[in-house]
Amino acid sequence: MRKHLSARRRTLLKLTAAAALAPAVVRAQGAAKVVVVGGGFGGAVCARTLKTMAPALGVTLVEPNKTYTACPFSNEVIAGLRDIKQQEFSYEAIARSGVAVAPLIAVAVDANTKTVTLGDGTKLFYDRLVVAPGIDLDWKALPGYDEAAAEKMPHAWKAGAQTALLRRQLEAMEDGGVVVISVPAAPYRCPPAPYERASQIAWYLKAKKPRSKVLLLDSKDSFSQQRLFQAAWTKLYPDMIEWMPLSQGGNVTSVDPSTRTFNTDFDKHKADVANVVPPQKAAAVAQAAGVADRTGWCPVSSVAFESTLQPEIHVLGDAALMGAMPKAAFSANAQGKVCAAAIVDLLAGRTPAEPRLVSACFNLAAPDYGFSIVGVYRPEKGQLLEVPGAGGTSPIDGDSALRAQEARYAEAGFRVLTAETFG
Amino acid sequence: MRHWPRVVLAAALASFLVLASAADAAEPPPGASSCSGCHGAVPNGTPIPVLRGRPALEIAGLMREFRSGAKPATVMGAIAKGFDDREIDAISQWVVGQSQ
Repeated sequence: MRKHLSARRRTLLKLTAAAALAPAVVRAQGAAKVVVVGGGFGGAVCARTLKTMAPALGVTLVEPNKTYTACPFSNEVIAGLRDIKQQEFSYEAIARSGVAVAPLIAVAVDANTKTVTLGDGTKLFYDRLVVAPGIDLDWKALPGYDEAAAEKMPHAWKAGAQTALLRRQLEAMEDGGVVVISVPAAPYRCPPAPYERASQIAWYLKAKKPRSKVLLLDSKDSFSQQRLFQAAWTKLYPDMIEWMPLSQGGNVTSVDPSTRTFNTDFDKHKADVANVVPPQKAAAVAQAAGVADRTGWCPVSSVAFESTLQPEIHVLGDAALMGAMPKAAFSANAQGKVCAAAIVDLLAGRTPAEPRLVSACFNLAAPDYGFSIVGVYRPEKGQLLEVPGAGGTSPIDGDSALRAQEARYAEAGFRVLTAETFG
Repeated sequence: MRHWPRVVLAAALASFLVLASAADAAEPPPGASSCSGCHGAVPNGTPIPVLRGRPALEIAGLMREFRSGAKPATVMGAIAKGFDDREIDAISQWVVGQSQ
């Protein structure tokens, strides 16, 4: 900017600046502020994409953890195939891209004054807020299962210390032991993950403790990629994994952490290693922001993922009710990018185009045995629904070369997804 | 009226200009922004093909072959079936010009 301006020019500029303070003008002129709460696969990529698409936007990512510990591939950590360090990602690259990273928790959201209050009392104003906090485990939903119980019967459904705990318990288990995994009713984070976990644990047991068993107690009668998983179990781990669906008494009604026992409607199952995948809900900040409904999850519009309960607050990823789209890292990442583009449009006074989203989910039944499922989604009657005729699993009758190729795709997909989000 | 320092004015004006140009240039067509979740250049390489810098016509041709089943795939056939010719062309043009 030139150092010397005429008096008239200075006055004009002052008037321009004053006009820019009116909210509508601020939004139109790009001095707008977007706050993103939650630095997972959805929130982190949303913040990054906002800054890339509209470098002038003030973008703040609110995330208390210094490193993010990714859930995809954490089942391989449980199997001993991978170090937990390979799951950890910092926010340094995101900060370098011009996003302000606030390493604090968001404790309150006021939709009327459009402010987010952080743990140290700081208030952040927003023109648009993105809430992408992931899940909280519902400690009241399964009798006997609370935070203390999780130290005896780990959930390992948030990657980190719990993942390491479950790994240690498996290592300490005697050969001939029984590993029990309980699966809640839908919706929960990553629908196929309990079955991938059973596979990965079986891989470890087959190699090290071959007289052991894995028992899945399920609150459902079918599951994602069921034929692919069951074909893998028959081929790789015959008679090692037992799946007990709802209709055969698989629904767990309570647990007893003192004896590592799962109680079902008709029976009791005592485990040597007990992994409880508990019922879940949108994380606490979603409740605080008033964007979660009585189900515990967040209803959103299907175009810009704007909350149907609070205007100008968008919800992404596992916390949101996204129609047919699964709660998973790839989904959240796809939603984060679409949401960023929609917010840029909205702040510029444009109507966001109807989006199309793809989800892709890879599973490893063994280090060289992968398969996958994809879906293509678009808004239909206010919900994100699958495009008819598209989507589905990779070939069910694939040979071992194809399964090995898919395992390589899975590993590469994780590196690409995390590089795009954090790297 | 409050007196605004020049640096604030400069930032505000610069912001406006940058936003206006960048937002228009970067807008992905429907579906296109999902591709980079799997297709991207990473250290140590990747068996999943990188799309950046390839001819858009080549990508569009491959998508049509995946959609018809002429070219076998693990999941690309199931993804391509979610898009019509016009959408495939728009996506192909956009993805080859991206930085990742």
